[in-house]
Amino acid sequence: MASKVVQAFYNDDDILLLAVKKVKEAKYHIEEVYTPFPVHGLDKAMGLAPTRIAIAAFIYGLIGLSVAIVMMNFIMIQDWPQDIGGKPSFSYLENMPAFVPIMFELTVFFAAHLMVITFYMRSKLWPFKKAENPDVRSTDDHFVMEILAGDHESDIIELLSETGAVEIKSEEK
Amino acid sequence: MYTFSNRLRIASFILMAVGVVGIAIGFMSAPSTVEEAKAIVAKHDAGHGEAHAAPASEHHQATDTHMESNEHQVAANHEAGHEAGHDAHLLQQLQNKPWAAVYVAALFFLFIALGVLAFYGINRAAQAGWSPLLFRVMEGITAYLVPGGIIVFVLLAMSVAHMNHLFVWLDPEVVAHDKLIQGKSGYLNGAGLLIRAAIFIGGWVAYRTLSRKWSLAQDKASDNANFVKNFRLSAGFLVFFLISESMMSWDWVMSVDPHWFSTLFGWYVFATMFVSAVTVLALITIYLKSKGYLQQVNNSHIHDLAKFMFAFSIFWTYLWFSQFMLIWYSNIPEEVTYFVTRIQDFKLSYFLMIAINFVLPVLLLINSDFKRINWLVIMTGLIILFGHYLDVYHMIVPATVGDQASIGLTEISALLFFAGLFIFVVFTELTKAPLTPENNPLIEESKHFHY
Repeated sequence: MASKVVQAFYNDDDILLLAVKKVKEAKYHIEEVYTPFPVHGLDKAMGLAPTRIAIAAFIYGLIGLSVAIVMMNFIMIQDWPQDIGGKPSFSYLENMPAFVPIMFELTVFFAAHLMVITFYMRSKLWPFKKAENPDVRSTDDHFVMEILAGDHESDIIELLSETGAVEIKSEEK
Repeated sequence: MYTFSNRLRIASFILMAVGVVGIAIGFMSAPSTVEEAKAIVAKHDAGHGEAHAAPASEHHQATDTHMESNEHQVAANHEAGHEAGHDAHLLQQLQNKPWAAVYVAALFFLFIALGVLAFYGINRAAQAGWSPLLFRVMEGITAYLVPGGIIVFVLLAMSVAHMNHLFVWLDPEVVAHDKLIQGKSGYLNGAGLLIRAAIFIGGWVAYRTLSRKWSLAQDKASDNANFVKNFRLSAGFLVFFLISESMMSWDWVMSVDPHWFSTLFGWYVFATMFVSAVTVLALITIYLKSKGYLQQVNNSHIHDLAKFMFAFSIFWTYLWFSQFMLIWYSNIPEEVTYFVTRIQDFKLSYFLMIAINFVLPVLLLINSDFKRINWLVIMTGLIILFGHYLDVYHMIVPATVGDQASIGLTEISALLFFAGLFIFVVFTELTKAPLTPENNPLIEESKHFHY
């Protein structure tokens, strides 16, 4: 599927943010913005939907907490009860304080790792994946905004030339 | 400029008046002789009905053994004197009750002012860009350090003068029979307590006064000299604060259980004071904003304050649990008494307090958007303040009043009195200077703070 895109290059994140706002105002569709580092406020300027990773993280944390509770109950109470420090492991509730560090750690472990994995999957990142950025400079010192051209290629180029872009080019994708 | 609204002023006076009356009733109804004390307990037990009689006597048995091994060796030495010793102990507990109520409330509000002072010092020393808009509110709250500090000092002086028995180690009769307290008497003695208290309170008030002066001077200055001086002073103050706060917590709080010690107690008290302080700061900021002041404070500032409330609630839990787990696990008699007393006599309120201070703030404030909703921050803030009052209560009361404790008229009245005084002092101070600091080099950043 061939569709034409216009790519504008910027060398400053503030100029990029202003340009993004301008393009949004003109109601052109921004395909993607490639940046060498996360630009604060870019997601809002582009009108991206707010992230739901926080909700996912909360659920992952609860899963981790449950795993810790079930695991410690099995290991320490049911499978192999021991008498540690004069506190025989006959009841989960009475031995619970000893398990709190494990509950805490597994909550953090699950939330952190599953969150990273979720993030990679949603970003379609995996080992040996071919890079998607259109220009290697977007990993160094340039910001690239990619706009779907449609029938307005020349209008878009004109608009972008006023936004402080250091380079503008059209490309088939 | 802020004007203290008449309604709030009258409310603070009413709180103080009601508080004074309640405290007075509490002191007058405290027994002055052993017979009266016994009568009060008998009446109390009768009120509870027959069903409670058996567990209650078991209870006394437990406290007796506890007493022998730990606190009041007066009773332990002579079998014959045991019963009399027990009655004297009961009398002391009942006499302590109104004192403890006043002391707990006085400490709680002093902690709030002191915590805000620490928060203010941290923001000054870190040259935080988001917070200068709130400096005047913080300075207003720290004004309470002067009356609050004086009241606590007077209460301590009254203890040293043997007007109450909040600190058993001040009783020479107890010390004479107690090897452990004798060993600590180089540090734990009346003169030392008062001298240290004077140094601590004096140091805090001195920093507060100087910093406030330079903060106001910066408003009219053409350069940043006052700002820089304030920065240096704050950095120095934080060093003094950490040491003095830690020692203060041993002197004023931990020493009510003179045999017991915990090395992280200073941090634990700090966590309580800090979370209450940031909560009060958030509440007063939201209140002032709702009255049309502090219009440049936006919801990102509230969000940040709520983040501190959230984070320090967890920090408090972390410290509480660190202290609890080690002591629970090792189960060494001299350490574990602290929790034995609290769990025996205060089981419900003690664990309720932990739930209030941990579970509710975590669940209510975990969502990023919730931290920007003013009414939700206020509701959670009130919960946090209630929980941390209970925390301070459980630091003092189990050791001083023991199984005779209850939260009743005196406790609530003392809380109301100090709340009224706090509101009066803080809001009076707020009227004395413009609520937005001028010429602070970071004020522009604070005005445009956006997260």
